[in-house]
Amino acid sequence: MIVRALITFFGLCLFWQGVVWLFETPPYILPGPLLVWDALSSRPELFLRHGATTALEIVLALILGLTAGFLTGVLVWRSARAERWLWPLLLASQAIPVFAIAPLLVLWLGYGLASKVTMAVLIVFFPVTVAVVEGLRRIGNYWPEQAQLMGARPGAFFRLVQLPASLGTIGVGARIAAATAPIGAVVGEWVGSSSGLGYLMLQHNARMQISIVFAALFCLLLFTLSLYGLVNYTTRKLIFWTDER
Amino acid sequence: MSAETQNPIVLEISGTGADYPASLFAPSRLKITPGKTTSLLGPSGSGKSTLLRFLAGLEPLPPTIKLTGMPDVCKRAYMTQSVRLLPWFDLRRNAGIAFELREEPVDQKVVNAVLADLGLERDAGKYPAQVSGGMAQRTALARTLLERADLNLMDEPFAALDAITRRNMQDLLKSRFAGSTTVLVTHDPAEAVRVSDEIYILDRAHPGAPATISRHDNTAGGDGDPAEALYERLKAA
Repeated sequence: MIVRALITFFGLCLFWQGVVWLFETPPYILPGPLLVWDALSSRPELFLRHGATTALEIVLALILGLTAGFLTGVLVWRSARAERWLWPLLLASQAIPVFAIAPLLVLWLGYGLASKVTMAVLIVFFPVTVAVVEGLRRIGNYWPEQAQLMGARPGAFFRLVQLPASLGTIGVGARIAAATAPIGAVVGEWVGSSSGLGYLMLQHNARMQISIVFAALFCLLLFTLSLYGLVNYTTRKLIFWTDER
Repeated sequence: MSAETQNPIVLEISGTGADYPASLFAPSRLKITPGKTTSLLGPSGSGKSTLLRFLAGLEPLPPTIKLTGMPDVCKRAYMTQSVRLLPWFDLRRNAGIAFELREEPVDQKVVNAVLADLGLERDAGKYPAQVSGGMAQRTALARTLLERADLNLMDEPFAALDAITRRNMQDLLKSRFAGSTTVLVTHDPAEAVRVSDEIYILDRAHPGAPATISRHDNTAGGDGDPAEALYERLKAA
């Protein structure tokens, strides 16, 4: 898989560099990958510093989003009243584009970490909640009936049967969360921040230093893919039985 | 609760209802003798599994059906054709899952003894995905055995197994459930004859017609093969 990914990556870079050579595009419109590599390798500390900010925002958002999504999902699954009250709110939260509320969040929560983390949590929260609700509902009749006949305690049934049975679906939600959390963080940085890869992109875009914009994008891509890989690996290890079937 | 002191469990069907599931049955009676294995046979869709679900308390009784003789406190175990072990637990934990679900201490000695009895001691640490259908079925049987239920209900538990495994499972059922009250739904006359003390047949005039439950006399075949006699009887059902 790694070999395939490397071949694809270098193939795309080759194609990109070929387009730049062929059409002689100015570097302030489309720099080639060699220029982007120059930007990246000449100032690694710049990308490390801003990358660390964005990474922190994404990881915090993922932890908070997964926790809040899980708890809300359990609440919605458990209580019909909670579903009636919360579901329209959850849907409404998705109907509003993140870009539209980003300036408000920056206004309310400031230019620091909180507004970006909140933005990313808003993006992560919904798919996780839906995955939890769907996973918990997908158990069918067999085990609830067995539990009834066995005289199972509700807490034990949830812990030993219901929750493990739903982990496959929850894992899908977690993977979607890992792939989408960076969107919230970067959008937040674009609207108002003093550090982060989004901030770096915006600053250097204004100065026509497009190779730095591309280098920041590359760092974001690398981090997102690594995070997705880590979440994917962890969920698959944790839910080992779904691969065995 | 000893079988000798128990009254028979009787499902009395007084009439055919207009709605499902009461529409499945014609006026008749099913008597389950405590301490015996009773088999239910009949064509597909005649209501065998529904009767079992009535007995399990998983299906509400329609007004046309009365259940008497069921003790107020009656522990019931229900085993179906599809085993559905929990794939995240090994066979040992699957066998003793009922104790964990009740938050009772699991007596590993008892669990291991039952698993050994069913020839599963070497594979007890394996996960359901790593074992054959026969082993999974034996684990489900171990789970049912460990329940020591007052009433064991089995809905075609061996239908999906190959002939040899099925035969072994029938032997296990016969020996390990001897003396306990068991109701078995099966399509196989030979299985019914082999494991049951009493056999009931659900007869229908035509597909879709309500079924009448009637007791089959296991000695009706005379000197011939009782399974063959039962098969002939079922062909007419």
